[in-house]
Amino acid sequence: MTEVALQAVELVRRIEGVVSHTLVNGIDLAVNKGEFVAITGPSGSGKSSLLYLLGLLDAPSEGEIMICGQPTSKLSETERADVRLTKCGFVFQFHFLLPEFTSLDNVLLPMRAAGRMTEGEMRERGLALLGSLGLGEHANKRPNQLSGGQRQRVAIARALANRPEIIVADEPTGALDTASTEQVFSILRDIADQGQTVVVVTHDPALAARADRRIHIVDGKIAEITERCGGELVCAAVS
Amino acid sequence: MKLLFNIAWTHVSARVRQTLVGMAGVAMGVGFTIMMAGLMQGSQIDFLRQLVDTMPHITVEDERRSVPTQPAEQEYAAVQMADIANVGKRPGIKYPESVMSSLRSWIPGDVAPSVQTSAIIDHGGARIGITLTGIDPRREVHASKLASQMREGKLDDLARAPNGIIVGEALAEKLGVKTGNTVLLVGGQGTRLNSTVAGLFRSGMKRVDESQIYSLAGTAQLMMGQSGVVNQLRLRLNDPMSAQKVATQVEAQTGYKSVSWQEANADLLSTFTVRDFIVLTVMGAMLLTSSFATYNIISTITHEKRQDIAIMKSLGMREYAVRRIFIIESIIIGVVGILFGWILGYLLCYGWSKITIFNPLTGTTVPLQIYYSAMHYVVAGGISLLCCAGAAYFPARKATRVHPVDIIRGAS
Ligand SMILES: Nc1ncnc2c1ncn2[C@@H]1O[C@H](COP(=O)(O)OP(=O)(O)OP(=O)(O)O)[C@@H](O)[C@H]1O
Ligand SMILES: [Mg+2]
Repeated sequence: MTEVALQAVELVRRIEGVVSHTLVNGIDLAVNKGEFVAITGPSGSGKSSLLYLLGLLDAPSEGEIMICGQPTSKLSETERADVRLTKCGFVFQFHFLLPEFTSLDNVLLPMRAAGRMTEGEMRERGLALLGSLGLGEHANKRPNQLSGGQRQRVAIARALANRPEIIVADEPTGALDTASTEQVFSILRDIADQGQTVVVVTHDPALAARADRRIHIVDGKIAEITERCGGELVCAAVS
Repeated sequence: MKLLFNIAWTHVSARVRQTLVGMAGVAMGVGFTIMMAGLMQGSQIDFLRQLVDTMPHITVEDERRSVPTQPAEQEYAAVQMADIANVGKRPGIKYPESVMSSLRSWIPGDVAPSVQTSAIIDHGGARIGITLTGIDPRREVHASKLASQMREGKLDDLARAPNGIIVGEALAEKLGVKTGNTVLLVGGQGTRLNSTVAGLFRSGMKRVDESQIYSLAGTAQLMMGQSGVVNQLRLRLNDPMSAQKVATQVEAQTGYKSVSWQEANADLLSTFTVRDFIVLTVMGAMLLTSSFATYNIISTITHEKRQDIAIMKSLGMREYAVRRIFIIESIIIGVVGILFGWILGYLLCYGWSKITIFNPLTGTTVPLQIYYSAMHYVVAGGISLLCCAGAAYFPARKATRVHPVDIIRGAS
């Protein structure tokens, strides 16, 4: 039986204002452990908004998000922060590394914030992560001494630091060249293959094709789900 | 915590100049506050010490505080009497010896009898009104500092010279008399007495040195024309600060008006209270304004670091932890500033203590009295640190409240 790592039920995110605006409009979604899901859709369709909700960065107006079966709608802001720290890893289009810190220190940041390992264990893990992403010799460089692709890989290493169940990435390759894009994607693919759950927003159909499941969003709603069936992606459902 | 400190350190160390300005602000505030506190308390303590050394701590007078209630008033509620003289002729304290021995049994200090009257010194054409206090030299030693204030002669010399008196140096100078000279004392009843100057004292209080003279009790009684009377008991306490409390007890026990030195100088002491209030307000304002630079720096940093704040929050750092980073930054600035402020304060105090001024109270030129107290340093530092933390708290709270999504959307 497959285990559900991330589940969204009737998810709605509305912005109240002079003109109310619905960014996410009733999304039901269950992502299995170890699954690699790509979210696609036209610009402004609400992909980022959905991702922020899934990663507990934003709170839904209605509906529920369950992370590893645990409902999150009733959590306080501090508890949500704790879930983000330990269960969700974020990768953004822009690397968002702390400019004053070295690659290693940036990767160590979530571990230090969680404070569950000794300094030695943390460094060991940080270096191992950087090494596995091909950044072994860049551990002591600052973000401005790295290329765009390298920075994005440091950001991935940081997202992985606390061994989160779920990695969410919003156009992580949006600002990268083809070679770096390829590299970043195969890393995310490997992460999913090793059992962590990956949800990634992308504009690139070729990359989306490498996911286990592709969810197409239009106007804040799921328009189409494409699932992998024996190596081929086939149209599975249209809602 | 180490992580927060690390981040805080990278922020402040990247802004050396701003940080130094902030530290200088704090240092000045703390330094000048310490200086003011030292000067203020120094002068005050110096003054009080003189007051306490010169005056009896408690004076028991042969008077009542108010008109005694009349028998008719006690008997009939409707009766009210007015125009009753409180004291006619000074009646003296009844059975002074037994009053003193009963006081001595419980007061934390000692008591001596004295006879106080006013007189005029007539010498070489000068006529100066003075207060003559007749004392018992053996007991006076326990009840006042007069013995140690003697510049020439000893208390015992009073008994050796005929009608000996001890005169303040300032008065002696005014009259142009020396030890051994004879002056004429004229009493209220017209008594005229040739007295010999047996010694000179200097209390340091101009008021006392110019108008107070001492003699044996018998001489003063002679001047009053009331032999054997004791109209004043003078108490000296081990702890002068308890005078007020003890005075009340003495008054309750003896029924005689007992005036503590605080009460006798209430007007002076009340100006101290006003002065304290003003100075404390100024010092508080100084410490507060000295943290403004810190407020500025933290505001700037939180503004520049909005994106970092959003990242840290999105990674799952708790809001108060992120906020703490900026508080730590201001505390770093504060602590270093305070250390420099302490040095500055000490140097300023030291500098002032080298300056001499003319003291109108004693009529002498003396170095400024500075009171050095660790308390000043601790309190100035503590308040300054609180101000810095407060100065950081508000911008930090504002900045860390931001929703990470808003910033992340804006940046990408
Ligand atoms: N704070 C806001 N107030 C009003 N509308 C908003 C707000 N934030 C986002 N939107 C709107 O919500 C819609 C969804 O935005 P979102 O960023 O989720 O789109 P997206 O699918 O990620 O687009 P892209 O592919 O360009 O990144 C957009 O039309 C956007 O203009
Ligand atoms: Mg987007």
